[in-house]
Amino acid sequence: MAQTITQKILSKAANRTFVDAGESVWLNVDILLTHDVCGPPTFDIFKEEFGANAKVWDPKKIVVLPDHYIFTANEHAHRNIDLLRQFAKEQGLRHYYDVGSDRYKGVCHVALAEEGFNLPGTVLFGTDSHTCTSGAFGMFGTGIGNTDAAFILGTGKLWEKVPESMKFTFEGTMPEYLTAKDLILQILGDITTDGATYRAMEFDGEAIFSLPMEERMTLTNMAIEAGGMNGIIAADEVTERYVKARSNKPYELFRSDPDAKYHSKYSYDVRKLEPVVAQPHSPDNRATVRSVQGTKITKSYIGSCTGGKLTDFMMAAKILKGQKVSVTTNIVPATVKVALDLEHECYDGQTLKQIFEDAGCSIALPSCAACLGGPADTVGRSVDNDVVVSTTNRNFPGRMGSKHAGVYLASPLTAAASAITGKLTDPRDFL
Amino acid sequence: MEKVIQGKAYVLGKNIDTDQIIPAEHLVYSLSNPEEVKLYGKYALSGVPPEQGGLPEGNIPFIEEGTFASDYTIIIAGPNFGCGSSREHAPFALKVAGIKAIIAESYARIFYRNSVDGGFLIPYETSEHLNQLINTGDDLKIDVAQSTIENLTRKVTYTLNPLGDVFSIVEAGGIFAYARQENLMAQS
Repeated sequence: MAQTITQKILSKAANRTFVDAGESVWLNVDILLTHDVCGPPTFDIFKEEFGANAKVWDPKKIVVLPDHYIFTANEHAHRNIDLLRQFAKEQGLRHYYDVGSDRYKGVCHVALAEEGFNLPGTVLFGTDSHTCTSGAFGMFGTGIGNTDAAFILGTGKLWEKVPESMKFTFEGTMPEYLTAKDLILQILGDITTDGATYRAMEFDGEAIFSLPMEERMTLTNMAIEAGGMNGIIAADEVTERYVKARSNKPYELFRSDPDAKYHSKYSYDVRKLEPVVAQPHSPDNRATVRSVQGTKITKSYIGSCTGGKLTDFMMAAKILKGQKVSVTTNIVPATVKVALDLEHECYDGQTLKQIFEDAGCSIALPSCAACLGGPADTVGRSVDNDVVVSTTNRNFPGRMGSKHAGVYLASPLTAAASAITGKLTDPRDFL
Repeated sequence: MEKVIQGKAYVLGKNIDTDQIIPAEHLVYSLSNPEEVKLYGKYALSGVPPEQGGLPEGNIPFIEEGTFASDYTIIIAGPNFGCGSSREHAPFALKVAGIKAIIAESYARIFYRNSVDGGFLIPYETSEHLNQLINTGDDLKIDVAQSTIENLTRKVTYTLNPLGDVFSIVEAGGIFAYARQENLMAQS
């Protein structure tokens, strides 16, 4: 029977040759990811259910990356890091990346890729909705809650309903002004925030396979904004090169069968698409930047798992070189690695860091920071009636802090161009 | 599992995401320390813009100032309830506030799983726009096994979508209880 790439990966994890969309199967888990917000309650449930002295199913398969509330004076947040540290020690978790140590990484979805945990054909569950990011590597990745994560901690297994797949094909050569962010916001505007609920979103086409891994991650990252269970892009030579540079573990390549069944298929010609934003207060509230051009903003925020990777900052630097920002502009590298890259990587003869500093941006320490608001002292948190243009992934009311603020989701190009003018600005004006 | 859930309705709109259910700044509290747990009740639904809370009038607080629990027992909402983040703190906070069931047109996957697998509350689906037919404050009575809801205030009964496969997990009280019952994990 023909299967999609998602079915094939789940078949393998269920020790089967075929799984049908809609059936619930028990999966063997390759990696469980957790962080400082959901780790402590997950560990509590694990101890309550399996016993105070119980051992996790496989300490090598658990990755703990604190990233949410790191640079804050909030005592509860510090207490939660202590709880992660204590559990990692008790259980001998070798993949714990402690805050305040030289092992600290930053935003979990980006760090997972950097550290070689994303392997084609594998199954990842994580206590974070954006765990679907890892699907960019031709693997299955999805978010779960604490109870399900605690179940995996003890058993290495979890049930899942095999999703139907939706296919999104992007043809053509990507124009310079268009980014993965524009592609996913385009889709969201078309299918809305529950258009893919309980389904797989599979991305395909010449334009997709021309993207570097980090851009592919931006696409799969936002599958959850359409309610998708997972986003997925089959691995190709770009994926293999990235993976082999970071891991010597075995992996398996899967592709959808040509006659696999899909819930629906969408196709786009990237040469006909334009830079877009998602207006407040929903990721599906799409508008072309041109149509809302001139809307005044109070802040520009370039960061997060969606918009804080090196390729994102390369794009921002292209626009900001030799310019001055006219509103507060936060540059928040996703990880320590990205932060270091800003100091070494150059655009047009200048380091990215120099370009951003000369433009008047402020560069923060790597973490999730204001993407999800965070404690009151979080860098870049929105206040009062802020109007923010942001490279993050979600803009429901209050997401970045203030309930009264409005957030426009945009590409790094659009966020950078808008930072200069203080108004929503199409990046083509600066390219 | 309770056979009957009875109490007052709190009515909301569509796309109630997890930041509206429990804003991210509150996720730092412990889910096991009883004093900190109370705070999840206090801040449940505190991210909902006031005019969109307690429909159709709006501006009806879910939790009275200075209290830790709600007068409401059942949430009635539109499509895509619980979209956004994976935080299990969301159904947990609603439970702490006193919510026993939600009736929405649809749910985001992770919120649905969390509600069922954590045994926090029952997420019913409805094919009707019940959030336009029920008012905040109406007295409701759910027959859990029959999947029906009676509006005692308006004397109307609606049939909800059956829970299907997940009924047995709901009945057991969560995924751990269910897994033990079905011998899917060792007894502990």
